[in-house]
Amino acid sequence: MLSKEEIQHIALLARIGVKEEEIAGYQKDLSAVLDFFRELETAVVDETLSVGHITGLTDVTREDHAEDFGASGRAMLLKNVPEQKDGFVKVKSVF
Amino acid sequence: MIRELHEKLVAGEITAVALAEQYLQTMEEKEGEIAAYLTVLRTQALESAAFVDEQLKRGEPIDLLAGIPGAIKDNICMAGVRATAGSKILDNYIAPHDATVIKKLKTRGVVILGKTNMDEFAMGSSTESSAYQTTKNPVDTSRVPGGSSGGSAAAVAAGEAVWSLGSDTGGSIRQPAAFCGIVGLKPTYGRVSRSGLIAMASSLDQIGPFATSVEDVAIVFSRIAGADPLDATTAASGNDKPFEDYLTGDIKGLRIGIPKEYFSDELDPRVREVTDKALEHFKSLGATVQEISLPHSQYALPVYYILMPSEVSSNLARFDGIKYGLSINDQKDSVTGTNKLLETYLDTRRYGLGAEVKRRIMLGTYTLSAGYYDAYYKKAQKVRALIKQDFEAAFKEVDLIFSPTTPEAAFRFGEKTKDPLKMYLSDVYTVTANLAGVPAISFPIGTIEESATALPIGGQLMGKWFDEETLLRAADAFERHATSQNKQSA
Repeated sequence: MLSKEEIQHIALLARIGVKEEEIAGYQKDLSAVLDFFRELETAVVDETLSVGHITGLTDVTREDHAEDFGASGRAMLLKNVPEQKDGFVKVKSVF
Repeated sequence: MIRELHEKLVAGEITAVALAEQYLQTMEEKEGEIAAYLTVLRTQALESAAFVDEQLKRGEPIDLLAGIPGAIKDNICMAGVRATAGSKILDNYIAPHDATVIKKLKTRGVVILGKTNMDEFAMGSSTESSAYQTTKNPVDTSRVPGGSSGGSAAAVAAGEAVWSLGSDTGGSIRQPAAFCGIVGLKPTYGRVSRSGLIAMASSLDQIGPFATSVEDVAIVFSRIAGADPLDATTAASGNDKPFEDYLTGDIKGLRIGIPKEYFSDELDPRVREVTDKALEHFKSLGATVQEISLPHSQYALPVYYILMPSEVSSNLARFDGIKYGLSINDQKDSVTGTNKLLETYLDTRRYGLGAEVKRRIMLGTYTLSAGYYDAYYKKAQKVRALIKQDFEAAFKEVDLIFSPTTPEAAFRFGEKTKDPLKMYLSDVYTVTANLAGVPAISFPIGTIEESATALPIGGQLMGKWFDEETLLRAADAFERHATSQNKQSA
């Protein structure tokens, strides 16, 4: 069973606000799923096994140049911004 | 259905606008009950239809899909149209661009009727976790349509769209197709561009079509498949072609494998019976059936439920109240009460994301965190490689692998929502295809009786990587030669 502190730690890492009364619910749900994962302990794996792209693609690259979407492109993106000022995205201060 | 409608359009028996109006009318009649759509695009649909009519008037040739009304799952972006992914955190989000699949379909002259309902961020197997509305299964409205592409499946099954697009990460196209009695295809990973698909698990997600026949699914699939410079995980598979041209109806000599691990004594005998009848049908068409083994099958669900939430925790970090979507900056009920940036993140995500979504993000954050990464994520990745090897070995012996799509028919609302694990277990036959990256299709193979209703059962065929050709040919042959026996229960 995951501890209260572990849940609070994970929630902070995940940037999800969790109130005191919600912690027990997460402890129960996450622990149930994690128990289910125990099944994996019986799997025998070779240290050399690895899988990247499932059909084997590697190193797909493109030319490193930036595309300018122009004023209308910028406007399209800024349309969704919750708070903006002078064409900048406005946020609260970190500290 | 698509070919017939196309012929009617070309012959002038019906106009594209009249066809669109017909479907919009059906939507008006049924939506009160079915609730498949989140956004209806009436004006856009009629404009697209009018454009096709202009082309027809000028005697210009039109594509098979031109003027044919379809629906799009709400996690696929369309320029200038709201895209919610079934979540409140994107309630006010207007997509700034078309997903690549939308761009491709628009060049064919399709008519898009609207955006459909889904489990929030594609997390679920019943569409019950949508933050907006409950979509009902048109076959039995007391039952779920499946998920997460429940809206797209229900729209087609209810006659509210000829075709639709969904997305499949662990079964989210195939399972709703099975529950609603229609056809749904999950392409090979890398076959269809994910650019413009609101990501859930990037190594597992694929966009795919729904329709009422295999041929229709093939027609839509041909038009969305192909390598895309905007999605570096797409492959130039070298055989992007009209897949509908390969539906010969002939499957003589096709080797079909039945994984012994999929048929335990616990499988519902009625589902078993329908599956056995389907195998007899394949044999009567000249295919051979043999038992095979996928030895690491028992690990598929744990591997999926480790890898998928891990990728989810990364992909959903962008929903933070900064650049788009819901932004909570003055929450009276806030967690920290400090009025700093951290609070925006904590409060926005706490309120904007639903319970299942938060659960999976927490799970994924845990499995990727220091101290647990090796035991969970790294181990799961290695077992994933073993699962892929199982398929490589199996495909040396057989051309296709067959099983029921789900261990049961559509369940009732609320039946699985109290216990998340119970919901996860219904994905047992579908997750493996996503893990291995192979293409998989679900198509109706019969029904079972439950409370005096005949509920559809889907059969699933899995094929070799990039061999959708064989997959579609087999499912089409089954459908084409299906007797009434395959369509009804014993």
